[in-house]
Amino acid sequence: MPKWGMVIDLNKCTGCGECVTACKVELNVPVVGPEESAKGRTILCMDILSTYEGEFPEVKMRHMPRPCFHCEHPPCTKVCPVRATYKNDEGIVAQIYPQCIGCRYCQVACPYTVKHFNWTKPEWPEERCEALNPDVSVRPEGVVEKCTFCVHRLQKAKEQAAVDGRDLREGDYVPACVESCPTKAMYFGDLDNPKHKVSQLKKSHRAFRLMEDLGTEPKVYYLSEVE
Amino acid sequence: MSELRHNTFEDEDLIRPIEQTGPGFYLMVAILLGVIVFAGYTYIRQVFLGLGVTGLAQPVSWGFYIINFVFFIGISHAGTLISAILRLSKAEWRRPITRMAEVITAIVLAIGGLHPILDLGRPDRMLHLFTEGRLQSPLLWDVTSITAYFAASTVYLYLPMIPDIAILRDRGTRPRWLYEFLAWGWRGTEHQKKVLERAINILMVMVIPIAISVHTVISFIFSMTIQPGWHSTIFGPYFVVGAIFSGIAALLIVMIAFRKAFDLGKYLKLIHFQYLSTLLLIMSFLWFYFTFAEYLTGFYGHEPNEMRVFLYKFTGDYAPWFWTMGICNFLIPVVILVNPKTKKIPGILIASISVVIGMWLERLIIVVPSLANPRLPYPTGIYIPSLTEWSLFAGGVAVFILAYMLFAKLFPIISIWEIQEGREESVHAVAERLKSYLPDPPSEQLLTEKLGSKR
Repeated sequence: MPKWGMVIDLNKCTGCGECVTACKVELNVPVVGPEESAKGRTILCMDILSTYEGEFPEVKMRHMPRPCFHCEHPPCTKVCPVRATYKNDEGIVAQIYPQCIGCRYCQVACPYTVKHFNWTKPEWPEERCEALNPDVSVRPEGVVEKCTFCVHRLQKAKEQAAVDGRDLREGDYVPACVESCPTKAMYFGDLDNPKHKVSQLKKSHRAFRLMEDLGTEPKVYYLSEVE
Repeated sequence: MSELRHNTFEDEDLIRPIEQTGPGFYLMVAILLGVIVFAGYTYIRQVFLGLGVTGLAQPVSWGFYIINFVFFIGISHAGTLISAILRLSKAEWRRPITRMAEVITAIVLAIGGLHPILDLGRPDRMLHLFTEGRLQSPLLWDVTSITAYFAASTVYLYLPMIPDIAILRDRGTRPRWLYEFLAWGWRGTEHQKKVLERAINILMVMVIPIAISVHTVISFIFSMTIQPGWHSTIFGPYFVVGAIFSGIAALLIVMIAFRKAFDLGKYLKLIHFQYLSTLLLIMSFLWFYFTFAEYLTGFYGHEPNEMRVFLYKFTGDYAPWFWTMGICNFLIPVVILVNPKTKKIPGILIASISVVIGMWLERLIIVVPSLANPRLPYPTGIYIPSLTEWSLFAGGVAVFILAYMLFAKLFPIISIWEIQEGREESVHAVAERLKSYLPDPPSEQLLTEKLGSKR
């Protein structure tokens, strides 16, 4: 079984936000409007965390794209009372929207705070409604959602490979954020397959994962910035 | 029969509120119903519009409903646990108190147990908990434990009520069919008394571990996660202590209210309040000890994420609530209750109200700050509950008061037969028991033996 994972090179990331937009479009993430957004109701399956270092005028701004880390030992799936979130065979932490009772326990248990709740009925501007991605289900109000590693793309890639009568190749399956990155700062593939770029990059001396001390074993690696 | 008439005459004060209803009762019911109807309306609105009508957001996605859930379930420890412990330890002063305590449990447990449902984004899928439930989730432990406690405590409330219901049945109090049915054919025979006593004894032993499990498991909801401020091994006992603490305070408030409303000064004497408030004082010290141990460990370790939550409570946005909690839970009750001059009914009432408020604040302080300080640098706002959440809180309190009033309208709020038993049997039994504590007087046989060995 492949173990899907991501590597994000912070040296190449400019913090442009393209991955965030691509994610919103790909996953049919509802648009909440300025009022709700000010309350903290924006759903961001992919987010960019920005930190400032130093005092003016010597300020450095750092950006860090933040998808779901698809932990090997996810704290969120453990606490779900109805198995609406679980880790599938290929290591992707998935959500089952029709199963979710909306208790938000997974959301509060996630140490990375990547899960989001649908506080209201999903809404889009009228012109966006016609451009929704038909491969991704629209979530009703009252359920939790998060980054899926665009698992629907894996489905498609597998079917295409089967039609062509071949195995899945590297690059057949990449999430929308990785595909959209203008500086090619993000890599995606099988972390266990030595031929895949990600499995080589994760061994880099620059590679690290967030909060490794928690023992969650995230499947998203970062390559630290080089000054 | 003559004895029965004599006794019921003596305890007429306990039955009068059932048979006579004043205009104040209807006024209260109308007001409470108004509050409840409004709360029902806001809840239905929430079901249709989604949880967006609350003040919850990212990252504080648990708020009033979970706080009130923990709070109400905490109050429920007043009853059954205290009553069981007092019965078990043969504390004779328990007699006028136990029933009031047990009623609190049954009502508040029903209210508190429904709170997680208010919090669900999809209450329509609630049955998934039973059809697809995962026992690995602490939420399922809660469902199990709370339903067990509810079942045990309602039976534990009902059984000792049977002889009293029979008294009402024999008097012909209305509604007759109700007392006829609930008296379960009680005639007060020796056999029936024996069975009842055994059943109560079994239940009171069973109910104690169940009650402790309930609040332990509720604390596990928080402590099983790895979030700073929650992931603590003492949370189980800490929650149980807090629950008993707030429970005793609630019980004292209810006792004072009924003493005033039903003029029960004859039964609920100052001594009962003083004994119970001594217990409250002990719990206040115990609460302080746990709180101190919990926060000192966090502070001394100085782990950055832990410290952010710590400072948020001590000097940050939640400092006003945190310090108010300290004043309400420790300073006020201790100052009032250590002084015999202020340890009178008004003082005890103030201390109890202060503890109930303080314990509610403690639940707030446990739930929100950990969520408001995520580990990663997200923008965070301040959690401000909306009108919906306030009205459902008020609704919960109103349901409690209304249910308690209706109970007091239908059944004696103080156990008549247990008071009678105390009057007729306990004085003798306690004297006997006291004798058994004392060193045995030397018997003649023993004396001669001792003398013999000396010889």
